[in-house]
Amino acid sequence: MADQNDPLLTIDDLKVYFPVSKSLFQREQQFVYAVDGISFSVKKGETLGIVGESGCGKTTVGLAILKLIDATSGKIHFNGEDYSDNKTANSAKLREEMQLIFQDPYSSLNPRMSINRIIGDPMEIHGFCSKKDKVAKVAELLKKVGLQPEYGNRYPHEFSGGQRQRIGIARALALNPLLIVGDEPVSALDVSIQAQTINLLMDIQEELNLSMIIISHDLAVIEHICDKIAVMYLGKIVEMGTCEEIYNHPRHPYTQALLSAVPIPDPKKQHKRILLTGDVPSPINRPTGCHFSPRCVYATEECFSTYPDATEPVPGHQVCCHNLLSA
Amino acid sequence: MKALYRYFRKRINLFLGGVLVLFFISVAVFAPVISPYHPVDDANLMVSEQPPDTEFWFGTDSQGRDILSRVIYGSRISLSIGLVTQLINTFIGVILGVTAGFFGRWWDDLIMGFTNIMLSIPSLVFALAIMAVLGPGLVNVFIALGLTNWAYTCRIARSQVLSVKSIEYVRAAKALGYGQTRIMFEQILPNILGPILVISTLGIAYAILLEASLSFLGLGTQPPNPSWGGMLANAREQFFTAYWISIFPGIAIFLTVLGFNLLGDGLRDVLDPHSVLNNK
Repeated sequence: MADQNDPLLTIDDLKVYFPVSKSLFQREQQFVYAVDGISFSVKKGETLGIVGESGCGKTTVGLAILKLIDATSGKIHFNGEDYSDNKTANSAKLREEMQLIFQDPYSSLNPRMSINRIIGDPMEIHGFCSKKDKVAKVAELLKKVGLQPEYGNRYPHEFSGGQRQRIGIARALALNPLLIVGDEPVSALDVSIQAQTINLLMDIQEELNLSMIIISHDLAVIEHICDKIAVMYLGKIVEMGTCEEIYNHPRHPYTQALLSAVPIPDPKKQHKRILLTGDVPSPINRPTGCHFSPRCVYATEECFSTYPDATEPVPGHQVCCHNLLSA
Repeated sequence: MKALYRYFRKRINLFLGGVLVLFFISVAVFAPVISPYHPVDDANLMVSEQPPDTEFWFGTDSQGRDILSRVIYGSRISLSIGLVTQLINTFIGVILGVTAGFFGRWWDDLIMGFTNIMLSIPSLVFALAIMAVLGPGLVNVFIALGLTNWAYTCRIARSQVLSVKSIEYVRAAKALGYGQTRIMFEQILPNILGPILVISTLGIAYAILLEASLSFLGLGTQPPNPSWGGMLANAREQFFTAYWISIFPGIAIFLTVLGFNLLGDGLRDVLDPHSVLNNK
């Protein structure tokens, strides 16, 4: 058994480029740089949050870790095994040990299959149960996610969004995974249901000592659930650190702008918002130098020419910025 | 009962089509019971070319055989050809279409190219060519028509797979370690059955028409077996002197084809979630 402090998942310099279809007279092949050289690790029982605005590559990271899309390059080590090669995508072990929770509870459950089949079939495929005790196992899982155990014979359309998401969670738990990647697991739900679902996720994580990667644009969700946060901008991680560090001492101008955008539920409290100008640049033609430089108020000449290396002002807190802001 | 009436009043296609198809299916099933004479053996030249009367409801043909009985028995051939050939068509079309849509790349290009070639050849000409090679006969009709019309099913299956395979539950299935065959036939296929059912019902009608055409041209069912197309061919020369010989098999073909077409239309309305009917 690995030491508790050994990382369960290590991503090293992961890159995912999507080729853009060439026009007739174009010589050079262009790419969408969806994920461009990111590295991080997740320990057992730890939760990493990946935040960023839409189109920054958060979901692509999740899918590449699960080998649901091919990575262009980079290393993925998980639970002592090397899954860097794209051919390992069909490994049954990988499929058991890593699971995905989807954003949309409506499209992620097959409407033509009963809950018993949605949750039970994967267990049968991987030999976790026989045909006979499938129903009993499914009932057990349904109970674990707070649903009536006798719901197994029903079909997805008979459930509400929150219940469907619980079914999605039960399905992800069916194969006893070590790591669960939640791709915006609560953003399609009502605020009240969001809280329930998040608490359910946290309870289950504690009970099973799971590692989780939560991908979200919702900073409040991330703060509530995560131990570590990675802030992504245009395919790169610009800042990463523990939850307290990022929230209390953000050092990257982008992180600061993001945090200032979180609404504070107190009408009397004044807070200064940092409003960014301009849009996210295209991931095909990215700005030279720091990708954030065109929108950054602190940008200097250096920022426009070279991409900053990661520095660690405080141990465990990485920032990619030339002008480290004092916290 | 009242609810059933309301349901079908809005879906008159489905109702009429269903009734016609059910009628012809029961006629085919109970042919020996309901036909007054034997379609082949009861030939009596003494009563040849009798117009319709109380003894021979649909009249008799030039060899004195009862046309009603021959039309009744002909439904067996028409319906079995319609169902069996469409089954073959659907099987080929679904296998090729689903794999083409799912795997994409060169396999998709190959299948789609092949499908387009099939669509560009008129079905009757293609069926004629196969029949010319295989020779006439019922089994050969099954083969010829079974290989002719799969292209429509194939195209529809492919386009449906393309739209379904990007839905998240397919990705979830992959993440859960489902094999590709399982994803194709357990996850995707049940979700695209509606449109395939509709095109298959319409295909049955088309196959019946094609069989009638082949028999009319003398390449399908061989005499003396009663087939609607064959009866029409025989009646051609007496059309002006004995209209009943040709008109009744003609009506039978017309009603069966109409029935299947209406049924297919009705099914499409019922199975289409965007249909206005279902929102009322």
